[in-house]
Amino acid sequence: MITHHLSDRLLMAYSAGNLPEAFNLVIASHIALCDECRARLASFDAIGGAMLEQMPETGQALPDSALAATLARIKTTPVAAKPAPRPAQSRVLPEPLASYVGGDIDAIRWRGIGGGVRQAILPTSKAATARMLFIPAGKAVPDHGHNGLEMTLVLQGAFADATARFGRGDIEIADEDLDHQPIAEPGEDCICLAVTDAPLKFRALLPRLAQPFLRI
Amino acid sequence: MQTRNGAEWIALLKQVAEAQDTEAFTALFQHFAPRIKAFLVKSGADPAMAEEVAQDVMVTVWNKAAQFDPSRASVATWIFTIARNRRIDMLRRDRRPEPEELFWGPEEEPDQLQLLALQQESDQLIAAIADLPEKQRVMIERAYFSDLSHSEIAEETGLPLGTIKSRIRLALERLRHSLS
Repeated sequence: MITHHLSDRLLMAYSAGNLPEAFNLVIASHIALCDECRARLASFDAIGGAMLEQMPETGQALPDSALAATLARIKTTPVAAKPAPRPAQSRVLPEPLASYVGGDIDAIRWRGIGGGVRQAILPTSKAATARMLFIPAGKAVPDHGHNGLEMTLVLQGAFADATARFGRGDIEIADEDLDHQPIAEPGEDCICLAVTDAPLKFRALLPRLAQPFLRI
Repeated sequence: MQTRNGAEWIALLKQVAEAQDTEAFTALFQHFAPRIKAFLVKSGADPAMAEEVAQDVMVTVWNKAAQFDPSRASVATWIFTIARNRRIDMLRRDRRPEPEELFWGPEEEPDQLQLLALQQESDQLIAAIADLPEKQRVMIERAYFSDLSHSEIAEETGLPLGTIKSRIRLALERLRHSLS
């Protein structure tokens, strides 16, 4: 049962297509797991549709040649058949995340960053950073604050910090005001997708020195 | 120009999907192509490029007509999502990966009552947005069509979400119900 969802503002910006790639990735991955946010996204898309519908068309008419040109193009373009629905696969990583990783969790190329915690940076545009995080059961991520926005989506296991508990599908949205130390629950190792638009502020000196090299 | 409601657009798109009907397509083109162009011009495209891309979007409408599902979106909303994706390519914006599709089961016929409800709600939403005070409408327009950075969005720019949300609440509940 997912209890931590996307905010309206993030859903609207995703619907509009105005976010950095890494944020789009974490939002799409949450929606793949969360029917409620999928339904809410449909509502924000509907606002986009309503805005399109009431665009002023005056002065934007296309010349008659445009319709003719388009009709000529579609004459050579067959109407595509309806794609067959694919049954959902039972994987830890939903699409689009699986494509970014290149498979399921066994395809992730981890690097240790201390304390048993591992990470893997995913290829996205530079505007924000997406990384997979592996937190061994019962272990903690170094205590940190944030310079910008951080979104963390749980894919396996669970973690808790001072604010709440986050399980599979839950997404934590943290900003400048939150200092937190996420701790993985005992039992199962915790795997998350964490996205940041600014370097995290680590409390302890050692992680701070390591920060430029680890790209956290 | 005569305006059509949601159900009429759905019927025209169905004609395109099932009979490759160019007359139905022409009606869709004449209504939506200028709006797509206006949307792209507002997003910063020059008019010639906006026209070119509006034609691309309409070719996609033809090509993907059979994939349109009236139980999930209005025609305007579906065309908006195509135009949005082309706008991202055109302006070389960041990639926007999509969530994997739900598995909807083998060729289930959508419930006619639900279909009707979705169409009515879409028509009401269009009316509700048209009725917003100019200032609020412009805020939403900026969020969708121009470059409202996410830090600006995070700063609570006075988006009148409450006003609109009350109008889409029913649509939301229905969608949740159909997804559960």
